[in-house]
Amino acid sequence: MNRINQKLKEDKKLLSIYFTAGYPNINDTVSIIQDLEKNGVDIIEIGLPFSDPLADGPTIQASSTLALKNGMTTEVLFDQLKNIRKSVNIPLIIMGYFNPMFQYGVEAFCKKCQEIGIDGLIIPDLPVDVYHEKYQTIFEKYGLINVFLITPQTSDERIRYIDSISNGFIYMVSSASTTGAKVGFGEEQTQYFERIGNMNLNNPQIVGFGISNNQTFTQATQYAKGAIIGSAFVKHVTNEGANSIDNFVNSILN
Amino acid sequence: MTKNMKNYNVNEKGYYGEFGGAYIPEMLYPNVEELRQNYLKVMAEPEFQKEFDQLLKDYVGRPSPLYFAKHLSEKYNTKIYLKREDLNHTGAHKINNTIGQILMAKRLGKHRIIAETGAGQHGVATATVCALMGLECIVYMGEIDIKRQAPNVARMKMLGATVIPALSGSRTLKDATNEAIRDWINNPVNTHYIIGSAIGPHPYPDMVTKFQSVISEEIKWQLKEHEGRENPDYIVACIGGGSNAAGTYYHYLHEEDVNIIAVEAAGLGIDSGESAATSVLGKAGIIHGCKTLLMQTNDGQITEPYSISAGLDYPGVGPMHAHLCKTGRAEFMAITDDEAMKSGLELCKLEGIIPAIESAHALAIFEQKIFKPDDVVVVSLSGRGDKDLNTYINYFNL
Ligand SMILES: Cc1ncc(COP(=O)(O)O)c(C=O)c1O
Repeated sequence: MNRINQKLKEDKKLLSIYFTAGYPNINDTVSIIQDLEKNGVDIIEIGLPFSDPLADGPTIQASSTLALKNGMTTEVLFDQLKNIRKSVNIPLIIMGYFNPMFQYGVEAFCKKCQEIGIDGLIIPDLPVDVYHEKYQTIFEKYGLINVFLITPQTSDERIRYIDSISNGFIYMVSSASTTGAKVGFGEEQTQYFERIGNMNLNNPQIVGFGISNNQTFTQATQYAKGAIIGSAFVKHVTNEGANSIDNFVNSILN
Repeated sequence: MTKNMKNYNVNEKGYYGEFGGAYIPEMLYPNVEELRQNYLKVMAEPEFQKEFDQLLKDYVGRPSPLYFAKHLSEKYNTKIYLKREDLNHTGAHKINNTIGQILMAKRLGKHRIIAETGAGQHGVATATVCALMGLECIVYMGEIDIKRQAPNVARMKMLGATVIPALSGSRTLKDATNEAIRDWINNPVNTHYIIGSAIGPHPYPDMVTKFQSVISEEIKWQLKEHEGRENPDYIVACIGGGSNAAGTYYHYLHEEDVNIIAVEAAGLGIDSGESAATSVLGKAGIIHGCKTLLMQTNDGQITEPYSISAGLDYPGVGPMHAHLCKTGRAEFMAITDDEAMKSGLELCKLEGIIPAIESAHALAIFEQKIFKPDDVVVVSLSGRGDKDLNTYINYFNL
């Protein structure tokens, strides 16, 4: 069974953390992953940096730009990760935009992910219908779970469609925004979380966007299986460097 | 349409051959889908058409003349006609599209308008129609372009628009487009994004092309008056994202006897590393929501283009043009900064017309390609050069 599905079965709320590979230093990737696992993170999203990250706000944009400047490429990332399964057991997801994967070759990319032990992908600009028509069989062939986003504006009908194509979890974007744009949740978000909760979807939901601390993590996981922190962690790494991960994770979980 | 000719228009799935589609984050899906479901319906409404046509006539000043450029023709020993989009209100073809899209936005009940701009022509054209309709207008513009197109920034402000500098990446058109898309993601309900070229996710390339197609619709009857035939031997346009080109080609795409020439900016030279000649330097990839030809590294990172003309300084071309290139329907030519500037000045001296530097690229092909004396060549003079005076002044030490 895919590590993501296994993890989703655990009787606990899951903390997923996003970081940009190659940031702040090109060779921080492996140690960040190891430290996140060691400190109790459940799922890691490894950001493959892109020159034009449309769905991201200034924090992740800046980290991506610097990571690329540091020399991060698809090849380099795969090379850094080649022995990752010797030391890390939790689910690993690569999050990135479609063009770098398309240039690498979608099948070659998926094959490499399987070899390394990547469990899933999040590709914000690969639409569900294109995935379904062209790439789903390839992803499945290499045992990869593709994670789709939904937002407060996504219609019930489309959520059902996305649920039918998903085989891991659904990434519930807390408010229609780029990453890092908003912090915290209002009435509107909690109503939306409840609405989705009441739909009894096949796939559990993990909330992302707007989660930055223990309070927002607790709030989000009242309604969902877990929560994803991206910009807040990238900011932490920017300020404190890659060697103070225990502080950050402890501040979320406790 | 000739029987065994390919289809060069968009298909029902939003593709031109292998190019096009809507590669957008889920956050944009409701907006883009709303537009996709409605744009053809709205455009077909008699009321919409009436309002569009009326504004093009009374406000934009259409039809724009098709001018026989006598001296230019003599110099290059062929028959050159200029489609005078430079005479439109606001000084370029861009307003054809913004008039159409503002009417579309109103039909869709949107009251906040966003746009990206490179040369500032599209920004001005958007600010203009927003003033006309009393809608809020926010224009994203690369920090570098804000500097090199200062008069247009002032115009947008006078027209009541807010100009927000794009500070990321190369700080030009590509990055302004990123920022506009991010704004749309963050404002999913009341906002319409007026894209300024034949780019972006489906249905934008098709919608923009259709609004610009008035250009070739007019050329047909105008050329008939001049030459007794609707079809020229060649039609020529410069390509940034490709909206003036798409409009100039549209009614000729399936006319086999009409040769299509697309002119890209070679910048300092195709192999100089400072260029925007996408058809030569690009390969298939995804940019701003569509699959098309784009300039990128082997690793799939989008590279930063260069051209002296802000309007051509874009690392991709619209998906329709990628298809025209791939199928060989259009001949692509690349013109350097120097060649364009020389041809721009030449048009001033020979015909008394100061062209936009973008348009000057299209004029420069006559130095590269020999036409027959009785060939009829129609060139899209997409805009006037007022906005480029600073660049002309610096380049020629005027
Ligand atoms: C005068 C003029 N011509 C051409 C262009 C290029 O755009 P497109 O390729 O969409 O016609 C621009 C863009 O700003 C422009 O201002």
